[in-house]
Amino acid sequence: MARDKFTTVHSSAVPVHIENVDTDQIIPARFLKATTRDGFGENLFRDWRYDNNDQPIADFILNNPKYKGTILVSGKNFGSGSSREHAAWAIYDYGFKVVVSSFFADIFKNNALNNGLLPVQVSEEFLAKMFSAIENDANTQFEVNLVAQTLTIVATGETFNFEINTYKKECMINGFDDIDYLLNLKGKIEAFEGARA
Amino acid sequence: MQNFQQLAGKTLFDKIWEAHVVEEITDGPSVLYIDQHLIHEVTSPQAFAGLEQRGLGVFRTQRTMATPDHNVPTINQHLPIQDKLSAFQVQKLTDNCEKFGVQLFGLNHPYQGIVHVVGPQLGITQPGMTIVCGDSHTSTHGAFGSIAFGIGTSEVEMVLATQCLMQMKPKRMRITVEGTLGKGVGAKDIILYIIAQITAAGGTGYFVEFAGSAFRNLTMEGRMTVCNMSIEMGARGGLIAPDQTTFDYIKGREYAPKGADWDQAVEKWSKLYSDADAVFEKELHFDAADIEPMITYGTNPGMGIKITQRVPKLDEIEASGRVTFEKSLDYMGLEPGEQLLGKSVDYVFIGSCTNGRIEDLRQVASFVKGKQKADNITAWIVPGSKQVEKQAQEEGLVEILEAAGFQLRQPGCSACLGMNEDKIPKGKYAVSTSNRNFEGRQGPGARTMLASPLTAAAVAVTGKIVDPREFN
Repeated sequence: MARDKFTTVHSSAVPVHIENVDTDQIIPARFLKATTRDGFGENLFRDWRYDNNDQPIADFILNNPKYKGTILVSGKNFGSGSSREHAAWAIYDYGFKVVVSSFFADIFKNNALNNGLLPVQVSEEFLAKMFSAIENDANTQFEVNLVAQTLTIVATGETFNFEINTYKKECMINGFDDIDYLLNLKGKIEAFEGARA
Repeated sequence: MQNFQQLAGKTLFDKIWEAHVVEEITDGPSVLYIDQHLIHEVTSPQAFAGLEQRGLGVFRTQRTMATPDHNVPTINQHLPIQDKLSAFQVQKLTDNCEKFGVQLFGLNHPYQGIVHVVGPQLGITQPGMTIVCGDSHTSTHGAFGSIAFGIGTSEVEMVLATQCLMQMKPKRMRITVEGTLGKGVGAKDIILYIIAQITAAGGTGYFVEFAGSAFRNLTMEGRMTVCNMSIEMGARGGLIAPDQTTFDYIKGREYAPKGADWDQAVEKWSKLYSDADAVFEKELHFDAADIEPMITYGTNPGMGIKITQRVPKLDEIEASGRVTFEKSLDYMGLEPGEQLLGKSVDYVFIGSCTNGRIEDLRQVASFVKGKQKADNITAWIVPGSKQVEKQAQEEGLVEILEAAGFQLRQPGCSACLGMNEDKIPKGKYAVSTSNRNFEGRQGPGARTMLASPLTAAAVAVTGKIVDPREFN
């Protein structure tokens, strides 16, 4: 099934300046009881965002109206732990299109790509630059260009060239998903099974 | 260099991977054939819904097995599930399995249990296979010399629809541990030690082979504990070359090959090892003698220490990680440099796909026999499967554990992730044999310290953090 097509994103960013953000923080297990893909954004970072009485915790970044945008920036080893795709759904459903970190957990990266959420891996140095730019001005604009594979701090023109494999890049740009590709391969899959039997 | 790479022997991982590649995409993933797909209630409903939307069936039902585990109650399993959402999700799995013709070991079935306990126990897990499940601890099955890893729900849908998955080939790492383990040191301590050494992200991008006498000398259940937690160092998975221990474990199990097929299988499995000249992108070596009983103090599994050590001081932490370190200690209610020994604990949880097998229960029972849990401790023991539960009853372990004041519950993931009612209350300390000490993992505000079943048993008896080697 086709997903949203992705080419460029121009936006300010929301910094979650923490390392090792695991998927239990992104979406706690007690919210995994749904049987559809919808509505997980509501509980994104639930236990950092709300207290025991469901009141917003003022000093968590998502509750600070100063920080807006469709780019989430976070510390290294983002998305570690549980394979729950609900984490990618929650981030996307909340309204983010891009997650930037210096290091992603493998399963999270796949899950994000399979849902039209672009994980952009930058160097530690560039990540630090982004954090400090946002700290100086919450409205700092960034441009993510998937075609050119660049992430740019618009005001200074500083650019990071990020990596993504050609296949996944094409899928994101065209809104294709892997199942469509695999379904077209059925004959080959059956032949493979036959050859092994 | 290129030529050398081509001439060099193959790693165990490469041998299995190459035998399952249906197609390679240039500068893209490989299409990998999956031998065994395991399903549970939490990460599958959206995948089945996707199949329905596309008008597809399950491509290879005979390679698919389902059991509910994450969300099931661990008391009164014979009654309807009280939590409406959980009840609906478990029912959805039953309905989907019926509709799509997938084998289900449902609640109250004698084979129900945590999916990673059930697969090996029934002989479904076999060497040389590719095995996936919408659960990161699928890495457990690597203990049999298979490529086993966790996937997301979109990928579950891919495998249901085509029995294939598109995967980038990970890099290869070998972790060798040679030597004899000290008294009171077990499989859980080895893996917690390794993760503490290389951090919770030290294996990201890699598939790890565990090699050396320390692993060779482990039972299959010990090897499962090790491979189970390879995801906790960020690795895509971990595996151990199959040997006689592996074959002896599988032989005679329900889904294991029989008769002439068995002999053929063993012949084939015996070729599953890394060649002497195989090249790994990364090699690490540890000495078994350096490993002691381990415990975690922080909020990721890499934040572990020897139980006799102190929590690190701030200046011992890399500058960039200090904010995260302080946040973590604040959550845990611990001070930098604090001694953990002697610290009072509230809960002990023994169970999960890491340490909910019969040997774990035996070890705990043998330790607590004739002893009593401390008054300040609530001790839960949750067998990994109905078969483990039955075996524990038959071996008389249940009486011993109950006499010691442990609450024996019914099989499921339980307090490992607190999806059901089994949650550790806010601010309480739990010494847990599970795999993750993330914030809120065992319940909002719960403070988890990961340890071996032996250490957990010793803590249950003394009511505080204690070195299990102090007992005889």
